[in-house]
Amino acid sequence: MNKDILICGVGGQGTVLASKILAAAAMEEGNSVHSAETIGMAQRGGSVTSHVRIGENVFSPLIPLGCADMILAFEPAEAVRNAPYLRQGGILIVNRAAVRPVTESLHPTGYDGTEMLAWLQNRCGCLLVDGEEACRPFGSAKFLNIILLGAAAGSGHLGIGRESLLGRMEKLIPARYLEPNRSAFEAGYRIGQAAESAEK
Amino acid sequence: MKQYVMGNSAIALGALAAGIRFAAGYPGTPSSEIIETISRSPHEGVYLEWSVNEKAALEAAAAAAYSGARALVTMKQMGLNVASDPLMSVVYIGVRGGLVIVSADDPGPISSQTEQDTRRFADFARIPVFDPATPEEAYTMIQDAFDYSEKYGTPVLFRPVTRVCHAYASVETPDAFAPRPFDGFQKDSSRWVIFPRLSRENHLKIEQRNAEMARDFSGYRFNTAEGVPGEKAVVASGVSWAYAKECLKEHPEVRLIRIATAFPFPEDFLLSALEGVREVLVLEELSPYVEEQILKTAGKHHLSLKVRGKLDGTVPHNGENSVALSGQLLSGFLGLSLRKPQMDVSDAPPLPARPPVLCAGCPHRASFYAVKQAMKGRKAFFCGDIGCYTLGNAMPLDMVDTCLCMGAGITMAQGFRHTHPDTACFAFVGDSTFFASGMTGVVNAVYNEADIILCVLDNSTTAMTGHQPHPGTGRNMMGGAVEKVSIENVLKGMGVKTVVTVDPLDQKAAVQAVRDCAEAPGVRAVIFRSPCVALTRPSGKCAVSAEKCISCKKCIREIGCPALIVRDGRVTIDGNLCVGCGLCASVCPVQAIGGERHE
Repeated sequence: MNKDILICGVGGQGTVLASKILAAAAMEEGNSVHSAETIGMAQRGGSVTSHVRIGENVFSPLIPLGCADMILAFEPAEAVRNAPYLRQGGILIVNRAAVRPVTESLHPTGYDGTEMLAWLQNRCGCLLVDGEEACRPFGSAKFLNIILLGAAAGSGHLGIGRESLLGRMEKLIPARYLEPNRSAFEAGYRIGQAAESAEK
Repeated sequence: MKQYVMGNSAIALGALAAGIRFAAGYPGTPSSEIIETISRSPHEGVYLEWSVNEKAALEAAAAAAYSGARALVTMKQMGLNVASDPLMSVVYIGVRGGLVIVSADDPGPISSQTEQDTRRFADFARIPVFDPATPEEAYTMIQDAFDYSEKYGTPVLFRPVTRVCHAYASVETPDAFAPRPFDGFQKDSSRWVIFPRLSRENHLKIEQRNAEMARDFSGYRFNTAEGVPGEKAVVASGVSWAYAKECLKEHPEVRLIRIATAFPFPEDFLLSALEGVREVLVLEELSPYVEEQILKTAGKHHLSLKVRGKLDGTVPHNGENSVALSGQLLSGFLGLSLRKPQMDVSDAPPLPARPPVLCAGCPHRASFYAVKQAMKGRKAFFCGDIGCYTLGNAMPLDMVDTCLCMGAGITMAQGFRHTHPDTACFAFVGDSTFFASGMTGVVNAVYNEADIILCVLDNSTTAMTGHQPHPGTGRNMMGGAVEKVSIENVLKGMGVKTVVTVDPLDQKAAVQAVRDCAEAPGVRAVIFRSPCVALTRPSGKCAVSAEKCISCKKCIREIGCPALIVRDGRVTIDGNLCVGCGLCASVCPVQAIGGERHE
């Protein structure tokens, strides 16, 4: 299998763990995997990306522009920022909830993500996920990454099996947090399935 | 054992596989995870330390290499400037055990002050340099670097770039590692004591050896030439080679030459790879080093060769390379269409900027705010330094007037006081930076009777690079609890008469401490001590009382905490971010902010 998946969001949303689980699960299924993360200063509230490259004949650590099969966006504006990475016919899975930049409190622009989502829907195949709503039963926004990973798997576009992902979560998430994360993944999975069938 | 690891971990595991006995470094993005990986991996028999700075790391490692042991030193590219004093000299002395210095370059720059090129430093120091293109290659290449170091008795530079350091790939490693046995230091003052006569003799040997090594490198396994010889060729170095490979996947016929050892330059290899070539495009990051070597080679051998690169304006001098940029350059040079169609975002709604900010509850915010309050209405300069607290420059704090290099704030504050005698000159320095290179500046201030206020922002960790321990933390990399080096005692010992320690979250006391110090003459120090919020449990959460809040937004205008947000026109606190530091509560003029502290 050859698949390039870009995960993007804002520092603190948990993109790194999602990409680690994804990369490990892809390897579990026998693929060669390369990935790259934003590390350093950008982690503090900045835009962050993880590039996961599954398959042979991969040289660049980052996905080339116009080559991502899927973008899993944790935030609408970050989806737009990274949209040039999406290949023609690629799929964008995006969380509806906007993360307002810190500068918003000081210099309000009214940014709430809706314009971004509307713009994206006119330009590429999009599956919208209401991550905020999906997190509610779990009582914390910290489950967003696992819910979105579940949604990507549930949509059928990820190309990595549910069991492989769950199996890797067991290895990467501390045991005491595993059960709610498992439920969050399943909830996301159902959201992904529903969004995909609604699209069809 | 197959392991999926970051490039920095591949370097660490490669060094362990090479049998290192000693590893030392100073944290710096993008190099920090090398030492951390060694500490997490089985490394029995390996001595490991975070040194106080890069100079200390290299000097200690040099002694290990004099003893015949293999030694690794890690740093970011600007750390090499700090280590350059021992480096330039140890080259003249040489080593017995392999000594490899990893200096990670940061094209972009993404998290550095400069776009300097370690390959050029290798040329300056007259020692070999290895330039890996991928994490897999880095694993193998660092082992080669140790072999070459021992074969030629010279320290060796190893320069990965950010995109290699922070990329992940699978490497096959042994299950266990063991340091190579070594025979120990053998006294010989004619060999180990640097004197002008010895340097003059060894200078000649170094140049003769480099000529020999250049010939040796011409057969090195990572200096490669692919494709069909023709009139045009592409020459690439490091990760730029990986970008070119990515672009040319469907064009294996293109002549692609890789230079993995830029110094000593493998001239014989290049000459044979360029057979019949009349025009080359050089893809490399940071400086046109390989390009210059090609021009030099072409001149020396009277080649009729057009060289396209940074020097003729074909390739940008600054910033990092990418597949997109390489594709564009290769398309133009080869007359191919290598660019992939991509979504046009020119008509997208304006994207919100997301500048990095101090975390919610970061004690540095409270420290800066206390100084700002204390100095309100008075002329003051605020000299910053390297670390998370450089972010104190952002609005609304706006408390960093200068930032230059590690430790410079302390000495620059002294300089400003001489050009602006009517201005209070402050220096802000973090705890790790204080130990790394701040102490000398304090002695300079005491000795020269400077008039400055030193603010040590002590959060008990090296936060920006990923929370490494340092002399003030009471932990080291050999796993034991060690005696903390007290910043107060260090300052007092160096002759600073006024040393005050405050908790910045106690704003009243903090402001008063700064006021008192501002009144006193000479060198004064305020130590703001409060642990990094990323390492402590939240003490609670603050909340805004809707009844009491008058929506003046003073909290937002004054401190710029990311947890303070405006929702439906009202100030609210984002419970996911707030850690209950209470700084906003101390700023509120109507006591509308309270906290539930569970202590």
